Amino acid sequence: MATRAPAGWSDSAVERAIGTLLRVGLLVATCVVVAGAVIYLSRHGSELPNYRIFRGEPAQLRSIGGIVEMAEDWFGRGFIQLGLLLLLATPVARVAFSIVAFIEQRDALYVGVTVLVLAVLLYSIVGGYAS
Amino acid sequence: MTILTFSALVFIGSIVAGLLGALTGLGGGIVVIPMLTLLFGVDIRYAAGAALISVIATSSAAASSYVRDGYSNLRIGMFLEVATTVGAVLGALLTGHLRTTTIAVIFGVVLLVSAALSLRDHAPADPNEPADPLARRLRLDSDYPTPQGRVAYHVHGVPPAFGLMFLAGGLSGLLGIGSGAVKVLALDRAMRLPFKVSTTTSNFMIGVTAAASAGVYLSHGYIDPGLAMPVMLGVLVGALAGAKVLARAHSQALRVVFAVAIGAMGVQMIWNGVRGVP
Repeated sequence: MATRAPAGWSDSAVERAIGTLLRVGLLVATCVVVAGAVIYLSRHGSELPNYRIFRGEPAQLRSIGGIVEMAEDWFGRGFIQLGLLLLLATPVARVAFSIVAFIEQRDALYVGVTVLVLAVLLYSIVGGYAS
Repeated sequence: MTILTFSALVFIGSIVAGLLGALTGLGGGIVVIPMLTLLFGVDIRYAAGAALISVIATSSAAASSYVRDGYSNLRIGMFLEVATTVGAVLGALLTGHLRTTTIAVIFGVVLLVSAALSLRDHAPADPNEPADPLARRLRLDSDYPTPQGRVAYHVHGVPPAFGLMFLAGGLSGLLGIGSGAVKVLALDRAMRLPFKVSTTTSNFMIGVTAAASAGVYLSHGYIDPGLAMPVMLGVLVGALAGAKVLARAHSQALRVVFAVAIGAMGVQMIWNGVRGVP
């Protein structure tokens, strides 16, 4: 594998870095979710859940800005949602990192492929569609 | 039932789902959805949102170790992710336009097919097959570690694999699952990759595919933190435990039992959907 990389980082070095990235992202996200769970369950644990009827989440929990605001106010649900957002960001970060890695490897074809994948991800997350 | 009891029960149930998902190779997401809808009466859109989150978590957890071992093929993964992410966004957008009973029926069918696929044996790759020019142009051929050192392999069937991956992405976005069974089908049957390479590359891709749907799910209000939290943590614990068990014991009989049990949940979901029970 290492022989195939014409310049810059070897494939195995890139793979190790991606492995670390995924691990750290997952760990940080899980910690934030657990912290949010403690706040949420201690405040609302005795209330009644209702997931039988779909109402959709309030607008605040649907956008990145709203989630960060709620988490800053120490709302348990906002905190959990922030952790889920970090979890969601991990594969996106992985794709973004791969672009850098392919640039280092002077692999123009895969820089293009990876930019395309990142564009689709950002389109989904930033919400370039009517909801 | 209070939120505390509900969360605890969902957490325990999700551990079991994650364990079953790992042992059958189907993934936790596809097992946790029928559990949430049939057992806890959760609306399938909330269930799909929570399951999708758990899919990202397990993919990151598993991929972080697989990638380091040098099994997964990053170029194949990235190339096919073009198809899976576009399919996932379209599938996720489609969910908002379908009735929940229709989604339940589609889910049941996918569950049955996935369970059946999981029982098939792996077709051994033939290292002497000639290289495929398209795969060579895309630089997909690679090698992987074996006890005898790194062994090179050729990649075949790029166009059918790309098409299957679009389908896998669409189902992932529509139903909130990882579509591992369809992904392995594309890598294993169409591209004829070595077993370890296809399963690890599939797992690696699942996180990115799920992230593409999750953005749409989030903005449509399908992801409820109170539900996603116990599901994500439970499935993660179950999947990690399942991977440990799998490393020690590998019983074909056990896989059949689990696959039949999961298939039965698929039948139940189809039945409920046809009768119009939400």
